[in-house]
Amino acid sequence: MSNATTAVHHLAAGASDHRTLIITLFSVFVAATLGITVWAGRQTKDATDFYAGGRSFTGFQNGLAISGDYMSAASFLGIAGAIALFGYDGFLYSIGFLVAWLVALLLVAEPLRNSGRFTMADVLAHRLAQRPVRTAAGTSTIIVSIFYLLAQMVGAGALVALLLGATGEGSRRWIIGLVGLVMVLYVTIGGMKGTTWVQIVKAVMLIAGTLFITILVLNKFNWNLSTLLGEAAQQSGKGKAFLEPGLQYGKDGTSKLNFISLGLALVLGTAGLPHILIRFYTVPTAKAARKSVNWAIGIIGAFYLMTIALGFGAAAVVGPKAITASNESGNTAAPLLAQELGGGAGSTGGAVLLAVISAVAFATILAVVAGLTLASSASFAHDLWANVIRKGRTSEKEEVLTAKCAAVVIGAISIVLGIFAHRLNAAALVALAFAVAASANLPTILYSLFWKRFTTQGALWSIYGGLVSSVTLVILSPVVSGNPKALFPGMSFDYFPLGNPGIVSIPLGFLLGWLGSLLSKQQPDAAQKYAELEVRALTGYGAH
Amino acid sequence: MDTAPTTAQGQPEEPGFPGAGTGSATPERFTEMQASAEFGELRSAQRSFAFPLTLAFIAWYLLYVLLSNYAGGFMGTKLAGNVNVAFVLGLAQFVTTFLIAWWYSKHAAERLDPKAEALRGRLEAGE
Repeated sequence: MSNATTAVHHLAAGASDHRTLIITLFSVFVAATLGITVWAGRQTKDATDFYAGGRSFTGFQNGLAISGDYMSAASFLGIAGAIALFGYDGFLYSIGFLVAWLVALLLVAEPLRNSGRFTMADVLAHRLAQRPVRTAAGTSTIIVSIFYLLAQMVGAGALVALLLGATGEGSRRWIIGLVGLVMVLYVTIGGMKGTTWVQIVKAVMLIAGTLFITILVLNKFNWNLSTLLGEAAQQSGKGKAFLEPGLQYGKDGTSKLNFISLGLALVLGTAGLPHILIRFYTVPTAKAARKSVNWAIGIIGAFYLMTIALGFGAAAVVGPKAITASNESGNTAAPLLAQELGGGAGSTGGAVLLAVISAVAFATILAVVAGLTLASSASFAHDLWANVIRKGRTSEKEEVLTAKCAAVVIGAISIVLGIFAHRLNAAALVALAFAVAASANLPTILYSLFWKRFTTQGALWSIYGGLVSSVTLVILSPVVSGNPKALFPGMSFDYFPLGNPGIVSIPLGFLLGWLGSLLSKQQPDAAQKYAELEVRALTGYGAH
Repeated sequence: MDTAPTTAQGQPEEPGFPGAGTGSATPERFTEMQASAEFGELRSAQRSFAFPLTLAFIAWYLLYVLLSNYAGGFMGTKLAGNVNVAFVLGLAQFVTTFLIAWWYSKHAAERLDPKAEALRGRLEAGE
């Protein structure tokens, strides 16, 4: 993290004077959310409470929680930074992340809510051979969640260390460990109920913070978008090109192909992300699930619209030079913008705004990692432990206890990985999680719900094929080796030229599901089982 | 690849396996319902709306991605002040996303929910 070190020096002037304020705000947030978690934990009595918050949330509450689960550090800090440095190309992320929600709304949310209980695999187990598909779906759930989790941990470690002005390897490790500890506490004590409330609080904080900065930016430019864009283009030193696509992805044919690959992964990944899918189980009915996606689309859409003000505002007010001096990939653009709008480094207003926005970023990371830990430990306990290893002969109590133990183990794994893998690029990890979700999970979910001829073999080929191909292509990509910015800069086995595997592995996942099904015989009771799934999914009969 | 699923799928499921949903409707009842004309109407009302619309918005999104990649000159055309075609098309993606969500919800409330409720009521009454 050589760039983090320079950034620390740069930010230290603003941060260290008022470090106490930042630490106080962080502590207040952690104490308040832990309080909520303990309160929620007292009401968590059975497995439905632990996994699905008792299915007691309203559409609006769940819409807020989905937004809190979805808008990660990559959205808040990453997109603002990408726009501030690459202009229009950064904004392309915002669009992909939002449009993706229509797949969830139109095809997945309601039938999933009607036919499943706690995890994504519940729906597949309806009509396919339980044990092999639960093993496959559980494995891909845990792998997708750990990649996503790792991205957040790496980001959290670098970012929080940066914002607190803490230097050195020791403090960074300490902070990663603290984030891991708090997220495990949220999940083991509060279950889904506690996690949901943490996500709701975070979503409100994030929207309020972003709205406030947006108003300050627009006010500075007399509420004229054109003036803001013009100033951003001028400050960027790239002129008109800053407002057009191409600065980041337009270099050559390969980078353009990589952009299409990324676009595909973004738009098809969301509806296959396990931590998002399990949120649909926290509401009582399919109608409430629909309502919660609509709220989420509204809230997330409003937030991504505000990234225009955040990103171009940072380019215009702070300037790309100061931003890259702080963090090469632009991750501190939003906090720096807040500091500048408050009166600049050294001023009280600047320090207060910097502290507030940093607290928002911290809340953002904590809420997302809690959701990921819950999704992966729920899948381990419900799919792998209860239904594969113990073959359904467990009590609910044992299952929930297993989930809590799994959360501790997953927390420990991500702390260790976060400490040792800090050289990994956080954005690449998130994009990988989206690509794996779109390649391994989405085809099987859609085929299970809508295709009569789908078989267990099709599901296994699709899940394992999508999983192995996407992960292998990333290992062989320039993200991992062959250039100075890679994970292993000294080695070169970058045989696959694209940073994102989506354009190959997503069609492959769909193709394998189709081929595997056609090349296998359907079980004698397959038609009857599909009838039951389809009737339940569309009518909501007997939904949990 | 064929043997593992076969043996596992061949086994009878334990009663009340997690994820199976509740209710006492028999397997025959589900098959009968699935084959009924009313259920066919519900399914086609859902699919004939959601499938083409999904293909349409993905095509519209990919068109936007391709234009960003390969039609830089067009995207850079200024429309009002510093606001160019790329910006307007980007904002149009937001607008269409909001509109499609609203349109689908209206369709679902008017065409899908009443049908689903009626069929669910029939299954529940049959218990």
